[in-house]
Amino acid sequence: MFGKLNWDVIPYHDPIIMVVVAGMAVIIAGLVGWITYSKNWGYLWKEWITSVDHKKLGIMYFLVALVMLIRGFADALMMRSQQAAMAVGSPEGYLPPEHYDQIFTAHGVIMIFFVAMPMVIGLMNLVVPLQIGARDVAYPFLNNLSFWLFAAGVILINVSLFVGEFAKTGWLAYAPLSGIDYSPGVGVDYWIWALQISGIGTTLTGINFFVTILKMRTKGMTLFRMPIFTWTSFCANILIIASFPILTATIALLTLDRYLGTHFFTNDLGGNQMMYVNLIWAWGHPEVYILILPAFGVFSEVIATFAKKRLFGYHTMVWATMAISFLAFIVWLHHFFTMGAGANVNAFFGIATMIIAIPTGVKIFNWLFTMYRGRLEFTSPVLWTLGFIITFTLGGMTGVMLAVPAANFVLHNSLFVIAHFHNVIIGGVVFGMLAGLTFWFPKAFGFKLDEKWGKRSFWCWIVGFFVAFSPLYVLSFYGAVRRMQSYDNPEYHVWMLIAWVGAVIILLGIACTVIQFVVSYRNREQLADVTGDPWDGRTLEWATSSPAPFYNFAHLPEVKSIDAFWEMKQAGEFETSKPPYKDIHMPKYTAAGPIISLFATILGFALVWHIWWLAIASALGVFVSFLARVFNDDIDYYVPAAEVERIENAHHKRLAEANKQHNVRGNVQVGNLGVQS
Amino acid sequence: MATSMPERSRRVRIRNLIFFKALPLLILPLLLSGCSMALMDPKGEVGSEIKSLIITAFWLMMIVVVPVIVMTFLFAWRYRNTNYKAKYTPNWAHSNVIEAIVWFVPLVIIAFLALITWQTSHSLNPNVPIEAEEGVEPMEIDVVALDWKWLFIYPDLGIASVNEVAFPVDTPVNFNITSGTVMNSFMIPRLGSQLYAMAGMDNDLNLIAGEEGVYPGRSTNYSGAGFSEMIFKAHVTSQDEFEAWVEKVRQAPETLSFEQGYEELAAPTIDHPVEYFSSVPAELYDNIVQSFKNGTAVQPGHTGGHGGQHAAESAGHDEGHDVAMSAEVAE
Repeated sequence: MFGKLNWDVIPYHDPIIMVVVAGMAVIIAGLVGWITYSKNWGYLWKEWITSVDHKKLGIMYFLVALVMLIRGFADALMMRSQQAAMAVGSPEGYLPPEHYDQIFTAHGVIMIFFVAMPMVIGLMNLVVPLQIGARDVAYPFLNNLSFWLFAAGVILINVSLFVGEFAKTGWLAYAPLSGIDYSPGVGVDYWIWALQISGIGTTLTGINFFVTILKMRTKGMTLFRMPIFTWTSFCANILIIASFPILTATIALLTLDRYLGTHFFTNDLGGNQMMYVNLIWAWGHPEVYILILPAFGVFSEVIATFAKKRLFGYHTMVWATMAISFLAFIVWLHHFFTMGAGANVNAFFGIATMIIAIPTGVKIFNWLFTMYRGRLEFTSPVLWTLGFIITFTLGGMTGVMLAVPAANFVLHNSLFVIAHFHNVIIGGVVFGMLAGLTFWFPKAFGFKLDEKWGKRSFWCWIVGFFVAFSPLYVLSFYGAVRRMQSYDNPEYHVWMLIAWVGAVIILLGIACTVIQFVVSYRNREQLADVTGDPWDGRTLEWATSSPAPFYNFAHLPEVKSIDAFWEMKQAGEFETSKPPYKDIHMPKYTAAGPIISLFATILGFALVWHIWWLAIASALGVFVSFLARVFNDDIDYYVPAAEVERIENAHHKRLAEANKQHNVRGNVQVGNLGVQS
Repeated sequence: MATSMPERSRRVRIRNLIFFKALPLLILPLLLSGCSMALMDPKGEVGSEIKSLIITAFWLMMIVVVPVIVMTFLFAWRYRNTNYKAKYTPNWAHSNVIEAIVWFVPLVIIAFLALITWQTSHSLNPNVPIEAEEGVEPMEIDVVALDWKWLFIYPDLGIASVNEVAFPVDTPVNFNITSGTVMNSFMIPRLGSQLYAMAGMDNDLNLIAGEEGVYPGRSTNYSGAGFSEMIFKAHVTSQDEFEAWVEKVRQAPETLSFEQGYEELAAPTIDHPVEYFSSVPAELYDNIVQSFKNGTAVQPGHTGGHGGQHAAESAGHDEGHDVAMSAEVAE
């Protein structure tokens, strides 16, 4: 009746897990209780859960990502503590291999799929339609569905914490270790279904934004007038479309091996584990560029805005991004030079990898020359950007060292690799997303984030990063490898302790961010962004109010150059909010996404535990609810011009009040509507 | 501008000087304190060449890295928004000269590095046998990764050992590497390159040791619960000592063949003690490789985990651990 599921699968015996589960239960119960008490379920359902508004979806992606960041970071802290335990006289630490191996697997999976990806996709959601002057994405319902499929993956991976176990295979679940012979438990199945379901969501997002950027740009916005963040997002989405199907297919084959006893990747009977490793990295390497390219875009926007200067070498930036996107697909073998391919093959992939350093280096120089002869304001997004340039350059250097196959033969699988990719992912993606969060936060919520706590967070992160990961470089030269539950080498001790201290400093950085949210929310009146343009921005998202109205622009703007909004301000032309207003055509919110995803979550759970009747029932549920959506023609409506006028007038009124106050204090006029009021 | 603000720019210069001094100080310990660092104190030709390759690549990259870091500090500070003395050109966004330089410099460095990469990928190709000095006979050692231990077979001597390997100094060794279980990676850090051990496949790793000693070796590729203890010792000895070691192995009461003893040995154990086998058929290695192709493979699999069919067998796993523990006590 319940497949493999029974009461024994709950890890009562593990006090660490039980404490975590109890903590999560208290928090969830508290949240549910609070929402019920304040009668907010209806609001949540109507305004958020069923929303197809790209801005709200972006916010929800980011929210989930931040929660999962805390979970993934807790794993990191546990790993650092385990390895530091050996330095303080505990030869086996406090985590048995059974548990430790799940933790490093979960850490990698969570941080890549459920932190970095949703941050990147969340930011694209929030920003791209505004930057290209669109009212929403091309397929608003799909966008909502993507988010909820992603949420299904998040739910499954969290359920694995207390119902059964998670994979003990490493984040990419190399076969044959992930096969049924060597991983008979349900951990790999949770991995499979969490990634498959959320992966479908990601693929849909890729298609959605690809079409959005190609077809929904406002009048006058040619490809080479697109803001650079839109460009990098565009390339990232092309990479998603091209690479995620590889992941889906690879995991599907592994699923057949595990569920039906086929031999695609098994040791014997013709299985080919090398094929698995090649396929998973044919997705895996483009994946890192899916994450980093939008971060590059964030830095470009931030540095140009706060240096008060046009981005240096816009065209070069675009071509460099395209070059990186192309090269991303022909370097995957550098993840396994030690597999034993011949010298020619290794040399080809090594050199191809190094070539990526050229366009990347060019980008870095272009950011530097954007600062050059600018007027750089040291806001926290700028600090993140400067920290990124230095950290990422060092990470790029170690990346090139790893790309030399002969050097890789001793560095592979060592802590050097770990230090390297945290060097580029923390220094690149995390810094980029936190910079982007601070930069676009006012556009999402209508008030700025507190700078003091933002800067504290930055200093903790960057100091913590170097304290935590420099020792790993050193350790790799002692021969320390990744994924060790224990080690017996006293030379490691001091470095492991330093690395632990670094992790604690990063923890302080995360705490600063949490405090930043609380402080900013409390001071939201003082931090309010009335104008819609808090940073003297350059691109279209700043041409509308903050938070942006759900229809984004009362009139879609017309674009004449790269820094469209900057030019508008120079020329004193603001057409986006002028009466008379027209009716605006908008998509209706829909419950289809959450309902389909709820069935998909149940389907995933049923498949993990081999509860076949439930799997069939929930698969039917997915299908029927999808059909119901497909045959529903009532999906759009018109916002009456009067409603638009009411919203725009409220904005104008706030602006006028702000201007009055500023004028009293002798300041210049604020806002982009000064000319017409 | 710089002249009009002598004090400021001097401060900038001093900052940069401190930075320049600090950089080598930070890195030197890494390069020089090497005595106990396996990769910086290699004990064989392959390891030495890789060490100098790593250092070359490092300094080549420094040609770009150092200017970038200096420029970051310099530009950020000089063009801060409170410094009205610095030039401000809000619409300047293109320069053919700068663009040419920023493409060209990385291009040249990478071209140079690519050349080195091509050469070293071939010269340090682990598949290619190392040339022996005159009168030295190269040695064949078969390596089988098992759960979670290493089996070393000497096909020419008809002996085998577990978690301990010995070979004479200055003798090229050809390790034939395979796996009886999941993917592992065979590495002796002091000697250089590693290579994957994969079931049904035979990978060739050629190494040579230039100095006698006992060097730790391990699997670097995560392979399950016992991975951390999947370590062994490589004894690099004189010819005489090696022969004495062989003699010691020949005294062992146990023997091993694919039909007898291998299945038992292949069962998962953690922290497996050193074992010797006095008599081993030369075809054992081939038997193991071929078994994955002809359906005779011995795959005990891994146990443990919730909802697994093998969960009931987890007692066997624990037994292995007990064996290991008692061996430790015996030591």
